[in-house]
Amino acid sequence: MYIFTNRLKLIAISLVVLGAAGWTYSYVTSKKSLEEIKIMLAEEDSHHGPVADVESHAPAEQMHAEETHSEAHVTAETHGDEHAEHVLHQTHNRPYAALYVAAFFFMMISLGVLAFYAVQYAAQAGWSVVLHRVMEAITAYLLPGALIVLIIALWAGDHLFIWMDEEVVAHDALIQAKTGWLNKTGFLVRGLIFIGGWSAYRFLSRRYSIAQDNADDAKNFKRNFRLSAGFLVFYLYTESMMSWDWIMSVDPHWFSTLFGWYVFASMFVSGITVIALLTLYLKSKGHLELVNDSHLHDLAKFMFGISIFWTYLWFSQFMLIWYSNIPEEVTYFVTRLADYKLPFLGMVVLNFVFPLLLLMNSDYKRVPWFVVMTGVVILFGHYIDVFNMIMPATVGDRWGLGLSEISAVLLFLGLFLFIVQQALTKAPLLAKGNPFVKESEYYHY
Amino acid sequence: MKSSKVIHALYTDDDVLLNAVKKLRAAKHAIEEVYTPFPVHGLDKVMGLEPTRIAITSFMYGCVGLCVAILMMNYIMIQDWPQDIGGKPSFSYLENMPAFVPIMFEMTVFFAAHLMVITFYLRSRMWPFKNAENPDARTTDDHFLIAVSVGEDEKELKKLLTETGAVEMHLVEQEASH
Repeated sequence: MYIFTNRLKLIAISLVVLGAAGWTYSYVTSKKSLEEIKIMLAEEDSHHGPVADVESHAPAEQMHAEETHSEAHVTAETHGDEHAEHVLHQTHNRPYAALYVAAFFFMMISLGVLAFYAVQYAAQAGWSVVLHRVMEAITAYLLPGALIVLIIALWAGDHLFIWMDEEVVAHDALIQAKTGWLNKTGFLVRGLIFIGGWSAYRFLSRRYSIAQDNADDAKNFKRNFRLSAGFLVFYLYTESMMSWDWIMSVDPHWFSTLFGWYVFASMFVSGITVIALLTLYLKSKGHLELVNDSHLHDLAKFMFGISIFWTYLWFSQFMLIWYSNIPEEVTYFVTRLADYKLPFLGMVVLNFVFPLLLLMNSDYKRVPWFVVMTGVVILFGHYIDVFNMIMPATVGDRWGLGLSEISAVLLFLGLFLFIVQQALTKAPLLAKGNPFVKESEYYHY
Repeated sequence: MKSSKVIHALYTDDDVLLNAVKKLRAAKHAIEEVYTPFPVHGLDKVMGLEPTRIAITSFMYGCVGLCVAILMMNYIMIQDWPQDIGGKPSFSYLENMPAFVPIMFEMTVFFAAHLMVITFYLRSRMWPFKNAENPDARTTDDHFLIAVSVGEDEKELKKLLTETGAVEMHLVEQEASH
């Protein structure tokens, strides 16, 4: 049995405490008044100087003008006031958005692993059986993690989702037409259905998996097979809808038909990367005796392949919208290219070029430190991916990777580590009753 | 010129073949070639063959294909006959790049795949109208053949081959052509 050492417990708890403290501090200090914002803006202006300001902010301002603030430019004075109020909202939104991005990112890892786990059963994959307990431990985070995301979403309300602001909806014909889907009750009910379905599968498959350990027949395995096939159907629908609800609706005017797939690719590759990292960690501590470098090779192949799949979907979404250049669609990418150039293009380097070049060579996929290095880059890249989905709609050009973002990540990293490690101690690390366990043991490439 | 003697030993099972190759190599016999009707998993490793370098050539061909695609699209769509792409008449390759990515991808794959196959044929000395080097037609059906060069002790080698499960053995005089 795996033991959750006190040292690790201390690390996890201190990450949570540190993250919570840092985030609370950033939350309290973000509650600035309009006067303070005006002073801040005046200071920024004086730093830049009027000429430089016009140059550096020209594209962003232009875009704002086209978007929502056309009235704000009528006179210089009203512009100043409205702009300051706008910046005030964005400053208030930032800690909420930072918390939400981090919460979603760790939930997404866990959900991606759950889908990967279900695929292993549904495909009756033999190679991965020695990794099943690692996957089950990671999915233990799903229930608390997803509930936290839902709670943050409803608590933050119009700080993240402007369609939750009745004032905005009253003046917005496009959102009014969507209130049948975009309303708080529906959001909550759908969220609970998603989480309920995922957690029910996770609970049952974990129970069958443990019951199979000491069983004489393959009854529990067969149950898991049927359950997983059914879950995958449920998952593909609910994951897509979840991505509309929890992410796409932060830009309620905008829509993309392959958004669900795109988010799926992101969560799948992040999840597989975490399986690889956790496996390597456990292996380095002397657990998982049966895991050999062929298992690592296969995980790295998935990291490589799904990274390319992610790029394919990212680009498919981008190219079609870029090509047709329809204003209501293209505004999504105009915002990102104007204000988020570095994270937006940088994540393509992190999520595509890096894994492509580092993991292309067959031998490198078996070298643990290579896989760890690439894995860390992939995880950072997909954090930035979620960041790019949420931030432009909530904080606009007032973004940064500062205290609120980092402490939110630490908070959920600590929680994630704690729950995953706790789950690892609950069952033997080898699913020894699985009919394919011998095949997995002798698996070689 | 010294002529060399080779024994062609035939087997009927891939597992038996793998064990035979292992034993022959352990006994320091030089295996010239193994002919099989299908790729036998792990045979390259027990024969001690070096890992293939075709993946490296494939990467290089892919890079060539990518460059060809970039130059080609730049000439066709930007220089020779400037096109207004997607209602954005920028006439710059970089700004129109998203439209060219599918072509860049396809050309990379096309070059990598085709040139890799051609390289494989040339490296294996296979070209049109070439006579088969295959010493026994049954190795294209259900037999496996090991060609072992005969050293000092022919009888010893034959005994070893029989032990490993060879079903047939032929001594072949071969001129040292290569």
